This record gives sequence, structure tokens and C-alpha cells, in this order.
Amino acid sequence: MIAELGHYLLVLALGLAVIQAVFPMIGAARQDGRMMMLGQPAAYGQFFLSFLAFLALTYSYLISDFSVSVVARNSHSLKPLLYKISGVWGNHEGSLLFWVMFLALFGAMVAYFGRGLPTSLRARVLSVQAMVGIGFYLFMLITSNPFDRLSEIPFEGNGLNPLLQDPGLVFHPPFLYLGYVGLSVVFSFAIAALIEGRVDPAWARWVRPWTLLAWIFLTIGIMLGSWWAYYELGWGGWWAWDPVENASFMPWLVATALLHSAIVVEKRDSLKSWTILLAIIAFSFSLLGTFIVRSGIITSVHAFATDPERGFYILIFLALVIGGSLLLFAIRSDKLQSGGLFAPISRESGLMINNLFLSVAAAVVLYGTLHPLLSDAFFGVKSSVGAPFFNVVFSLLMIPMVITMVYGPHLKWKRADINGINQRLMAITGIALLAALMVFYVTYGGAIMPAIWIGIGIWLLLSTVQELAGRIKLFQVPFKDSLRRLMRQPRSSWGMSLGHFGFAVGLLGIVATSSWTLEAQKVMSPGDEMKIGNYRLTLKDVVPVAGPNYTAVRGILSVAPVGGASFMVYPESRTYISSPITTTEGAVKTTIAGDLFVVIGESQGQGRWGVRAYYKPMQVWLWIGTVIVVLGGVISLSDRRYRIGLPQGQKTSGKVKHAP
Amino acid sequence: MPLKRFLPLFIFAGIFIAFIIGLSLKPGEIPSALIDKPVPEFSLPPLQGAGIGLRTTDLMDKNNIVIVNFFASWCGPCHIEHPALVYLSKIQGIKLHGIAYKDRPKNSLSFLKSLGNPYDKIGTDLKGRVAIDWGVTGTPETFIIRNGIIRYQHIGPIHQMQMDDLILPIIKGLQQEGAS
Repeated sequence: MIAELGHYLLVLALGLAVIQAVFPMIGAARQDGRMMMLGQPAAYGQFFLSFLAFLALTYSYLISDFSVSVVARNSHSLKPLLYKISGVWGNHEGSLLFWVMFLALFGAMVAYFGRGLPTSLRARVLSVQAMVGIGFYLFMLITSNPFDRLSEIPFEGNGLNPLLQDPGLVFHPPFLYLGYVGLSVVFSFAIAALIEGRVDPAWARWVRPWTLLAWIFLTIGIMLGSWWAYYELGWGGWWAWDPVENASFMPWLVATALLHSAIVVEKRDSLKSWTILLAIIAFSFSLLGTFIVRSGIITSVHAFATDPERGFYILIFLALVIGGSLLLFAIRSDKLQSGGLFAPISRESGLMINNLFLSVAAAVVLYGTLHPLLSDAFFGVKSSVGAPFFNVVFSLLMIPMVITMVYGPHLKWKRADINGINQRLMAITGIALLAALMVFYVTYGGAIMPAIWIGIGIWLLLSTVQELAGRIKLFQVPFKDSLRRLMRQPRSSWGMSLGHFGFAVGLLGIVATSSWTLEAQKVMSPGDEMKIGNYRLTLKDVVPVAGPNYTAVRGILSVAPVGGASFMVYPESRTYISSPITTTEGAVKTTIAGDLFVVIGESQGQGRWGVRAYYKPMQVWLWIGTVIVVLGGVISLSDRRYRIGLPQGQKTSGKVKHAP
Repeated sequence: MPLKRFLPLFIFAGIFIAFIIGLSLKPGEIPSALIDKPVPEFSLPPLQGAGIGLRTTDLMDKNNIVIVNFFASWCGPCHIEHPALVYLSKIQGIKLHGIAYKDRPKNSLSFLKSLGNPYDKIGTDLKGRVAIDWGVTGTPETFIIRNGIIRYQHIGPIHQMQMDDLILPIIKGLQQEGAS
């Protein structure tokens, strides 16, 4: 009954989405206020209905109603509550419902907070948002109905893949989806602006917080996925350039570019059509990211069984949304006149170069991801580019990119003095060079790139600190004045400083862990020892343990670091009851210098066990860096400009309404 | 209207064409890990009634080449592949068995009723549990087995062209292997 109700609610929500798509758009074209006004109640209603539908599906999971097909396929009555709930969006059908619900929520938020927007712009934004929604409702109702019933009700569900039963992964998909969906708002604003033929700083002020919000979600989502891969998959890797990882990385790269180019639109009324294009591409990548796995076009470790009916629908949907919006861009973007001019060396140029590198990076990832498909489709050759391709291209691309990050914040708007900056950066450039040389000396005989990269990372770190110090006139005015200046910095510049600082911290971690990881493995009986780096591991015992829905063997090892107190680690290897899959729960001992990662493998008979150990230098820097970056984003999002933008807009809304 | 504004659209069009071609390609054609391994242990109910439809011992045929085909009525390529299977089932020395993958028995039956039933024995894998053991990623998928050892895995439908160039030579080779 509840499932049928959910299905019915979905159909109703589709109806409201059609109203929200059609009437405000026509109304905006005819300047018919009443028709435009239909957008808000439709947006609220559509969100309400899709939210209820989502609750209906959640309810089916909670009571383990195995007559509902998705529940039977993905849930299990013995599953812990957390995973019953996360199961709702942990599969194709449910994730679509999750998507469309947030699409509707963001539409409702635009309707609510956008009261200060010009009426026709708001109407068009809501309409585009609803059009995207219609695509999702139809996709669900035609090919992937989450409320499908089974004619024969199984006694027990199939269970959730045990690898996915992990707190890190409970929140990884929703954050990614929130990021993807958040970009839909940016997309809707871009399309609406193209139809209006107008992009101004006020438009950018609206788009930037949405970009920032989506970008924060994406960053968190990607980090959680990476973190999960790191400790769950048992080989200590955190990024594999898998198509699905790339699919989330591409929108992130483009959103990062958009974040920066929107600043230029907002402050200098320039780079408009580029920003619009980025907004379209960012959302296009989100759609690709959502669908690339489900179409079966590209194989991936994440792929779930696919069927061609879906693939066909997905292609039509992508063609309409992406093709249509790019066509609109081609026809309409010359209407957008650029305002501010700037010299080749200026803040604007810096941001433009950063955009260039981010876009090239996204294009490289796109190419690498699609390479197997392209070569197969056009040349009939089965080939793929692996992680080495991405690693090499990326480590080369990132060098000029980070150099731009070093200089960028020091550059002034319109025209900057590069010699002056060089002089100011002299001291820290020296320190960075020294650091690179030291690393080169210590690792002599090894690869050169890591040393260069460590130098660049430290350079960026120091430059970011120096830029902030310069702004607050540290050591130039009394310390108390500096502190007061520090407190008065606008939150968006805090965001910039923290974002770049966190990036540098993460970069150093990435370089260290991918260059100098140690690995050791040994078949051990209790009492045996092995050495890795500065640690000596002793296997004390291996004992069986029982969890709520798994059984496991747990290794008990004592670890003695050179010149430190010894400690115990307890890696586990779990076998789940519902499906015979074994997962490793590596034991990680984290220090700021590096992670010790111990994995217990299979029994080798006669009480002997395979034990693997990794030492990952500075791994935790990557996570800390990402957290700092996210923190910067959140602080920037709370900037006065955006908060004040709302009531101010309301005051002037009467005036704006009558503007042509 | 400067042409460069159309560039993003053209690039997308190129990718899109690749997508369209890609939909009919099989990116999953990677050598299976199950090749030269014994068939997995399983036992599945039949489409109608109770009992056993298909199980491991059915595949241990010493006299025939055994072919196991995963199919479903909801799967479009399975419809396309069907005549090829009917053709295969008529060849001497071949036993063709089917496993209905995540398909309602009622639908499987009407599918076979309208297109003809080429299968000797049929098992129903309602939850797709057995398919996981076989390493099946989607339907249709076909396994060629001799003496209970998997010798070839075909992902996707068997096209008529592949029948002559690929499938039949493999079967012939296996038959000769058995004779010598």
C-alpha cells in the first residue's frame, strides 16, 4: 500500500514539475506575472511530493518489505538500521529518487530565497530546474521504478554488498549526489541567463554561493569515497583513476574553475560567456557522472548490472539536456557583453590561467575516461589508459597550476606589478628551493619529481601564509592592530586563504604517500616477526570474532616502533552471512609522519596467516588538507555579501521587477 | 554568430556519437577469471513446480559439449540472440541449458512459449545469486563447458557472424579435443 502510494506521489510530482516547467517559462516570455508566479507553489509542492515518495521508500526499507523489488534486492532483515536507511539510496532506483528529491528541494530553495531575484529570471530558473526534474521522473517511472513489486515475495532480501556496509560509505553517495544536484541550480541559472540574454554581477552573486555549496558537497563526497577506499579495500590506495572516481572528479574540477571565474564576473563584470559555459559543462559532467556507470558504456569496478533500455533512455536524456544547452549557448552567448578590461598581468589573468589549467585537467580526465570507448567505437581497438597516464599528465599539468596559485592571490585587479611580487616572494622561494634540495639529497638516487613537488608544495604553503600576513600588515603595524585586521578580513578571503592552504597541505601528503610508500608481506605464525620502515611487527595471535551480520578472524599484533612505546593493532578479515564476500578491515595507526597500515589476509593452513603491512608517509596530511579546504569553503559560504544579498534584494525587488 | 561558440556543441556531438556506438559495443569483453575452472556449485529450481531445474551435476556431461546461457525475458539482446540459441540446440553433441536471470518465471515461460524453447534444462536464478558465482555481469551471457570445466565465456548476445567465426569453431575444437 505504502509503495503504491509512493509511486502515485511520484506521478503527481511529475505533474507539478510539468506545470513548473511550462507556465513560468511562457509567463516570462510574455511578461505575464500570474503565470510566472505559478513557479513557486509548484516548486514547493513538487518538493513536498517527492519528499513523501522518498519517505515511502524509506519506510519500505525500515519494515523490510521484500515485496518491493529494490528492497528485496538490496536489503536484508538482519542489516543494522543505519545500513537499512543508507540502502535507500545505495542502488540505482533509490539513488534516482534521492537525486530528484534534492533537485526539487533546491528548486524550492530558489523559489524561497530567490524572492529578491528579478521575477522573470526566477521564473526561468525554476522552469529549467523543473525540466531537468521531468527527465528524472520519466527515467524513474519508465525504466527504473523504485516502487516495483515482486509477484513472489521472497522471505529474505539479497543484502547489501558487505563492502558497502561501512559508515564512510553511508555518507559518500549522498554528498556526491548533493554536489551533482547543487550544480543543477547553477546550470538553471546559466540557462535562464542565456534566455534572458543578460549576465551581470548580481547574477554572479547568486550563482557563486550555489557553486560553492555544490563544490563543498562534492569535495566532501570525493574525500569520503577516497577515505573509504583507503581503509576498506585493504591495499592502502586512495585514488585509482577508476571511471567512476573520474566521473566525480570532472565536475569537481570544472566547479573549481567556475568558483574562480564567477569571482571575475562578480567583481569585474568580465569572462561572462566563459562562466556560463563552465556552468553548463559542470552540470553536464554531473549528469555524465550519475549515468556513466548505469549505461554500461564504460566498465568500471563500480558498475552494477545494467540493461540496454536504461542506456538508451540515458542517451536521449543527455542529448536533450547537454546538447540542447550547448546549442542555446552557441546561439545566445554573443548577447553577453563583456565589461571590464584587464592587463595581461592582473588578478583577472591569474584567475583565467587557473581556469585554463583546470579545464585542461578536466578535459584530460574526460579523455582518459572515454579513451576505451572512443578507441573501440572509432577504431575498433580495445585499449585503455591506466593510472600511469593520469599520474604523469596530472603531475605535469599541476606544476603551472600551482605556480598560478602562488602568484594569483598577490596580483592586483586590472594591472599588477610582477617584479614587485617576485621581490616579495624572494625569501619563501629560497626556502622552497632549499626544501626541494634537501629532499633531493635525502632521497638521492630515487626519482627527482617528488623533490620538485615537495618544494612547490612548501612554496604554495608559505606564499598563502605570506599573502594573508601582508593583508593584515603583520610586523608592519603593532601586533594588536594586525590581530584586529585579521578578525576583520572578509570571510570570502578567509575562504581563499584556507582553501589554498589546505590544498598545499593535501598536496604535500599526496606527494609523500604516492612517492615513498613502503610495503611488506609475510606468511606468519603466532610469534613471528616482520619489519617495515621503523616498525617491528609481532603476530601474537589470531582469534575468531562474531559481529552482528558477519564472522571474522582478528589478528592481534604488537608493534614496536624504533625509539617509541609499542602498541597493539587488530586487523580483521570479515566474512558476511548474507553473501559470501570477505572484506578486510585494515588496522591503521595514524601519526602526523605517516600511517602504519596492517592487513590480515587468508589462512595459509597450519595456523599460518598472510599479513601485509604498508607504511604511508604523511597520508593523514591529505585528509587534514581536504578538511581545511572544506572549512574554507564553508566559511566563504557564510560571507556577509551572500547573507546580506537576500534582504537587500527584497528591498529593491519592487524596483527590479519593473526593469525590462 | 562566431563559429567558435559552436565548438563545445561539436565536441559533445563527437562524444555522443561514440556513446551511441558504444551502447552496442561490449566493453566487458575481458578474459574471464573462470576460464579453465570447474563450474561453480549450484542448484536451481525449475520454471514450473518444485524440485530441481538445473544443478552442477547436469553440467558434468562426458558425451556432450555443455552450453549454459543466462537469459531474461526483460532483456532485449536476449530476444535478438534467441534464434542463434535455437540453432545451437539443434547441433549434434551439444546440450544447451538455460538459467533465467532475475526474471519472473511467468515471464520466462511466455518468452520461451512465443520464441520457442531451445533449452534442455532450465534453472531459475530469481535473486541472481548463482549468477554472481558465475561472474555474470548482465544478460545474455553464455558459457561453453566440457567435462565440467568452463572453456569459454561469451558476454552479450551471440550474433550470427560470431556464430560462424567464433562459437562454432570453439565447439568444433572442443569436440575434437574430446575425440583424440
